[in-house]
Amino acid sequence: MSANLNVSVILPELILVGFAMLIMILDMVGTDERPIGRTFLPWLALIGVAVTGIVCLQQYSQPAASFQGGAISDHFALGLRLIILVATALGILLSVSYIPRINKQVGEYYALLLLCAAGMTMMGAATDLMVVFMALEILSLALYILCGLNRENPRSSEASMKYFLLGAFASAFFVYGAALIYGAAGSTQYDAIAKALAGSNTNPALLYPGIALLLVGFGFKVSLVPFHMWTPDVYQGAPTPVTAFMSVGTKAAGFAAFIRVLVIALPAQQPSWGWALAIMAILTMTLGNLAALRQSSLKRMLAYSSIAHAGYVLVGIVAGTSEGADAALFYLFTYAFMNIGAFAVVIMLEKANEGDALQNRAAGIGQRWPWLALAMAIFMFSLSGVPPLAGFFGKLFVFKAAVDGGWAWLAVIGMLNSAIGAYYYLRVTVSMYFEKPGAETLSQRSTWSPLSVGLAVAAIFTVLIGILPGMWTALFTGGLTGLGG
Amino acid sequence: MASPIPYLLSLITFLPLIGALIVMALAGDGPKKRAAFITTLVTFVVSLLLWFNWDNGQANMQFVEDLRWLPEFNLRYHLGVDGISLFLVLLTTFLMPITIYFSNKYVTDSIGPYLALMLVLESAMIGAFIALDLVLFFVFFEFTLLPMYFLIGRWGSGNRVYAATKFFLYTFAGSAVMLVAILAVYFATGSFDITELPALAAKMSPTFQTWGFIAFALAFAIKIPLFPFHTWLPDAHVQAPTAGSIILAGVLLKLGTYGYLRFALPIFPEAAAHYGPVIAILAIIGIIYGALVALVQKDVKSLVAYSSVAHLGYVMLGVVAMNPQGISGAVLQMVNHGISTGALFLMVGLLYERRHTRLLAEFGGLWKSVPIFCGFFLVVAMSSAGLPGLNGFVGEFTILLGMYKHEPVFAILAAIGVILAAWYLLTAFRKIAQGPITNPANEANRLSDLKFDEIAMLLPLVLLFFIIGLFPNLFLDKINPSVQALINQQPAIVMKVGR
Repeated sequence: MSANLNVSVILPELILVGFAMLIMILDMVGTDERPIGRTFLPWLALIGVAVTGIVCLQQYSQPAASFQGGAISDHFALGLRLIILVATALGILLSVSYIPRINKQVGEYYALLLLCAAGMTMMGAATDLMVVFMALEILSLALYILCGLNRENPRSSEASMKYFLLGAFASAFFVYGAALIYGAAGSTQYDAIAKALAGSNTNPALLYPGIALLLVGFGFKVSLVPFHMWTPDVYQGAPTPVTAFMSVGTKAAGFAAFIRVLVIALPAQQPSWGWALAIMAILTMTLGNLAALRQSSLKRMLAYSSIAHAGYVLVGIVAGTSEGADAALFYLFTYAFMNIGAFAVVIMLEKANEGDALQNRAAGIGQRWPWLALAMAIFMFSLSGVPPLAGFFGKLFVFKAAVDGGWAWLAVIGMLNSAIGAYYYLRVTVSMYFEKPGAETLSQRSTWSPLSVGLAVAAIFTVLIGILPGMWTALFTGGLTGLGG
Repeated sequence: MASPIPYLLSLITFLPLIGALIVMALAGDGPKKRAAFITTLVTFVVSLLLWFNWDNGQANMQFVEDLRWLPEFNLRYHLGVDGISLFLVLLTTFLMPITIYFSNKYVTDSIGPYLALMLVLESAMIGAFIALDLVLFFVFFEFTLLPMYFLIGRWGSGNRVYAATKFFLYTFAGSAVMLVAILAVYFATGSFDITELPALAAKMSPTFQTWGFIAFALAFAIKIPLFPFHTWLPDAHVQAPTAGSIILAGVLLKLGTYGYLRFALPIFPEAAAHYGPVIAILAIIGIIYGALVALVQKDVKSLVAYSSVAHLGYVMLGVVAMNPQGISGAVLQMVNHGISTGALFLMVGLLYERRHTRLLAEFGGLWKSVPIFCGFFLVVAMSSAGLPGLNGFVGEFTILLGMYKHEPVFAILAAIGVILAAWYLLTAFRKIAQGPITNPANEANRLSDLKFDEIAMLLPLVLLFFIIGLFPNLFLDKINPSVQALINQQPAIVMKVGR
């Protein structure tokens, strides 16, 4: 089976890349004076995402197939694709009026966004360490550029530079780890690795350092403590729509690849990596939450909160079960809506040319902009895990996977952490609803824009997934499939 | 068991939510107020169908609804009421029209969102009392936090933001651990369903039961609140708007005692029996401590708040007695406390709206200027203090009787609280109503007595004091079968602790 060349397996990526190319070509048609068709580019990108989404949904009914042993189209890969596509679509809606403000190169922005998305979706499908590496580089290179898009703002350039340098290190760690595992198992394909490592004649001196280095590489991408240092600066400096997109996209892609490596290629080593992940999960949740408590910038607060959320996802993975894999994916699905929605509100609150909003911008908006405040309140409560919003079910499934895997104490630490987290999310609602509008409060707001559409969609889904979780869980159930059959 | 309308329980639960949407959609304060009031009245009338179609001989759940909610995780939308939850549902629907009427009259600041939040809160509370699936219960239980948080934080007085945040975080942290325990119970037994779980208790090891029980008991102890987890309560009560206080004391605190009775006890019977004395001791400390602190309060509202700590101590005492008298008394006392303390907060609210102060020192001699008010205040205080012939007596007496059978020392200690309760309530009454008028603001020409509609708000509560006080069997007949069934579920326990 692994010799087959099923193009349909990588069809979603091909479509995304195709649309990226198309956008780049159309971008050249116009000039700066007469930007023919440029206003159409975001919508073209959105169509590309929609077409890919339809293809993915259709593939749910087909049996999983393999592309030369390098990638697979099981439900896990499709579930991740849906998450990435949701994040991309919302990211596009957030960008439509934002990007022209900071950069004239609108065309390359959307092309890079789609390429990045293609790399991310590939991460979930990859079943070979080399393919993962390739996908990782596709998404990372695109993101390095996207982060530095706002050339007027030194913070943006700093973010790009920092992300690039540290990201290059992390990639190197990953490749080194992959090389050591190849040394131990004699293959980079997951099923071959699992088969080789199931026997007793493996070389632990190669294998365990290899696994450790992989953890470092992935840990950087999904910002696990202690590899999280770049996150607040990059999230704060990058243009906010990019931050929104990458906070969900890289996290989902990184975790998907991570989960597949651990569960499919290295299941026999779970006793050792399980503990490493558990310790990292505790550190990540706790430090993320404690640091978020001290932030006055909304973007930095959300950056630290995203670190904490990476910790919650990790709690689901520790047991190394396929239930945990599904739960983690569902968590990221809910996270896509609530987190990008929160960033959309931040964009609304930003002052022109500042690229960030302090918490006092939100003071009293409950009176001045009731719908905006309501949406933000929904995101904040969902992020803190209050039922019946989407975030609650994400947490429920992840912690259930941990309890079922025998890690109940870890779930307890996770739940206590979500109580700490509730405090800083609550602080936003306090200033929105319980404080009077001040001099800094948002005073002008456009009435209709793609941004408000994105915001409304995110809010509606955050509530809808919470009330009817059963409608969505089917997309993220029984996901992981081995290559063997 | 015969339900006159299909999905009656869902209807009762979601009517207020629909009302909240209508309130938000309507323009103008007048229509909003009317819509909210009518919604709560209709909800109350519909909920009376439960009473009139009740099967007294039936111990099991009645009016059951059972739908699949999330099949992959075996979550169900499973609703039902038995004798234990029936009166808590009715208490909720009964108190709501009164509080809405009071709010319509006195809340001036953005009444629309206020009323919508009150109605959402009603839905959440009813849902929590009738949910039979642990996760569904948890969803409703947690969701009650949100509207209450906004009601205190937005419409409260003084230190409202601090009080609201403390209220939210305390309860949220407590229930966080319970959620893990719920998941662990599912892992051990394969069920989230409270009608199935008691039979599956044997699947849980003693250590497992201990930890699970502690997690559940902690969450509910914070909600009740049991000493020493009560520190959020005085803050929340004193800062909350009057209607918020009535609902908080009248209904929300019952979620703690109800949750303990409905979930912690049947799921972890052995651990509950083992740790019963600990709960009893905490309850007794709460009874005496709450009463003593109430005695020295300068603010009437914090006096009533601390009296809640004491009264709920009785309820928990009845629950841990684990015999029919104790538990039936506890269920009845939950209702009693709801209406008595609700009425007390209402009286305090009426006084505050007139004088804009709640300090005892500001009053005195009101008997001369506002006799009708003082008459009602005396009856309400007596009901809260447990005067024979009124509701409070029946509940407390039955509880103490149950506890005496189980552990006489505890009953004797708790009886001290009855004396203290009479003491602090009568002291408050004396300071407010008796003596000469010292403050000119309390003169008859400056202070208006209760108006017709205010009497109409209080009258249903006072009538209920007498009905429960004189004809307790009307209620106990419906409560007892379910309580007996609950006790029968745990034969091992009765043998262990029975004397």
